[in-house]
Amino acid sequence: MSAAAEALRLEGVRKSFGKLEVLKGIDLTVGEHEVVCLIGASGSGKSTLLRCVNLLEPLDAGRIVLGGEELTARSVDLNRVRRRIGIVFQAFNLFPHMSVLGNVTLAPLKALRTPRGQAEAEALELLERFGLADKRDEYPDRLSGGQQQRVAIVRALAMKPELMLLDEVTSALDPELVAEVLNVIRELAAGGMTMLIATHEMGFARDIASRVCFLDAGVILEQGPPEQIFTAPREARTQQFLQRIVEAGRL
Amino acid sequence: MKIFLIAEVFILVFALVLAVLRSLPGPVFFPLRALAIVYADLFRGIPTILVIYILGFGAPALGLAGIPTSTIFWGIVSLVLVYSAYVSEVYRAGIESVHPSQEAAARSLGLTRGQALRFVILPQAVRRVIPPLLNDFIGLQKDSALVALLGTVEAFRQSQINVAATFNYTPYLATALLFVAITIPLARFTDWLVARDRRRQLAGRAA
Repeated sequence: MSAAAEALRLEGVRKSFGKLEVLKGIDLTVGEHEVVCLIGASGSGKSTLLRCVNLLEPLDAGRIVLGGEELTARSVDLNRVRRRIGIVFQAFNLFPHMSVLGNVTLAPLKALRTPRGQAEAEALELLERFGLADKRDEYPDRLSGGQQQRVAIVRALAMKPELMLLDEVTSALDPELVAEVLNVIRELAAGGMTMLIATHEMGFARDIASRVCFLDAGVILEQGPPEQIFTAPREARTQQFLQRIVEAGRL
Repeated sequence: MKIFLIAEVFILVFALVLAVLRSLPGPVFFPLRALAIVYADLFRGIPTILVIYILGFGAPALGLAGIPTSTIFWGIVSLVLVYSAYVSEVYRAGIESVHPSQEAAARSLGLTRGQALRFVILPQAVRRVIPPLLNDFIGLQKDSALVALLGTVEAFRQSQINVAATFNYTPYLATALLFVAITIPLARFTDWLVARDRRRQLAGRAA
């Protein structure tokens, strides 16, 4: 796939909730600086896959290797691992009782024990970069959805992750707010951030992805460069899915 | 007054510990969880006055060396034991009202379970339960009159003494007013606290 060094490797990842098997053996490799987009219908397992990579959901089977270290080994300290992986959720999940600056500096202060002065300086630099410096003292509920999601991205970036997981980060936004968030992600991609993105924004996926994976019923049915997936999908299920997207006017 | 202020401080801390114990996940913590549940069931079930009698008269009567014999001490202990059971349930309701996605967000940033609880979940939980906490606070203040049964002279006992001496019931009225004079400002104060918090999060700039 990619000539670059491997950042993340999933091997045979399985996950069930009760009797429902959501992930039925996922194999996926993401190279450094690669942007991989996961597409697929709701319920195909995109979000679960991201939560598994972050170890928010324990796996039933399979291995996850990040930068050469197996995360699924028993001896691994989950907290230390999660500091290396940033995740951004569909519903933002900002901490409503803290200011923007408080949200962004909490993890560096507590998990990394960064001195307050340094943590705040770094947070402000990031907020500045994403046009949020004037919001530093606002509380999340005072911000627009787009601003909240940008804060959530900054909060994840403040931990200087080597991998970012984005879980349908624009799905909860009003259409006119989607662009500002997508632009932030484009900037991250241009800066060389390794990303695994679950998305319904097909146009965006086509622009930004180095590779697109189509998830269907818990397996990666088809993957390849966006030109190929979006113009000449091989699998019937992929064709069907994209056909529906086109009919809905979303591509 | 002293009785319920001292008791309240211990209750707020002890109840929080109980609530946190009860929210611990996984089979490893089952004994602790069970302990917290049994505790809450037990002390919510026994009438306060019975606990006060048992400890207030019973404990000193054991005559063990090193056990305090002060009725105020045992009165406070009884109130702490009983009210912590109620207040722990209030805290627990608050903790459970915080959406699991908040913990997921905190843990995803690499915070430990304890850090997530302390910096993300409890601050939100406690803010939400301030009004019911005040409810228990007022109940406690009123029940502190029960400690009088052990012979400690507090406001209610003092008024009984005065009534008995004069057959004038005004001291009861005065005592009632005294209680209300404390609870009403407290109620307004918590209203103000809650409103200020809401203003800050939804409509205002940070302090």
